[in-house]
Amino acid sequence: MSDQHEPLAGDLLVILRHAPHGSSWLREGLDVALVAAAFGTDVSLLFMGEGVTALVEGQASGALGQKGTAPTLEMLEMYDIETLWVEAEALTRFGLTADELMLAPRALEAGAIAEAVQNHPRVLTF
Amino acid sequence: MRYAILLMGSPYSDQASHSALRFARALLARGHRLEAVFFYHDGVYNAARLSAPPQDEPHLTDGWVELHEAHGVAMQVCIAAALRRGLMDEREAARHGKTGHSVEAPFELTGVGQLVDLSQRCDRLVTFGA
Repeated sequence: MSDQHEPLAGDLLVILRHAPHGSSWLREGLDVALVAAAFGTDVSLLFMGEGVTALVEGQASGALGQKGTAPTLEMLEMYDIETLWVEAEALTRFGLTADELMLAPRALEAGAIAEAVQNHPRVLTF
Repeated sequence: MRYAILLMGSPYSDQASHSALRFARALLARGHRLEAVFFYHDGVYNAARLSAPPQDEPHLTDGWVELHEAHGVAMQVCIAAALRRGLMDEREAARHGKTGHSVEAPFELTGVGQLVDLSQRCDRLVTFGA
């Protein structure tokens, strides 16, 4: 469970489960998060599974000429999206440590993820 | 209850569209209201005017049109997701200098803001194809 006691609650939870390159899932998911925030929604972002690789530092546009997602992630704060979570188990699986990630997301164990999903009236999964 | 559906799976490639259409019919049959279907990601292909599946397979595009005609369900298609996949209505075709168009009413090209609005207005937003 979470080590802190602040409730893992919010209005809209956007779960991102896809890596930045190879499909448009991550980009289209982030678009929804940004638009919702622009509409005044309190948005929480959770990077799960392969989605955690979106947070690896130093990414440029891919070989396919796709726009990278790193510049979008850097804009999150400007859109007041400040609640950033990452699946702890996925970090372990991909051999990543917290200091290799941009934006300093908070790592959540499985129990805390269940709590976060439960505490958001709206959840969108990409 | 007031429902909305978010559909993101490509028709005929994934089960998502078939399931979403059957779910839509089931909830309407139970007396619920279906406010809109929002087509996003590869789900936008459901709005392709020219789709022509074999006659012994369900026609998904026609299925959505029937739901609109019988129950007034809005058919909202994300314009950004649609344009990059070659789906546009007559107006967008003219704007982009294209000779034909691939989307027509009752499907309407709209923004992701509509999806956010639906999620706020409806009791349930159910996702297919994630």
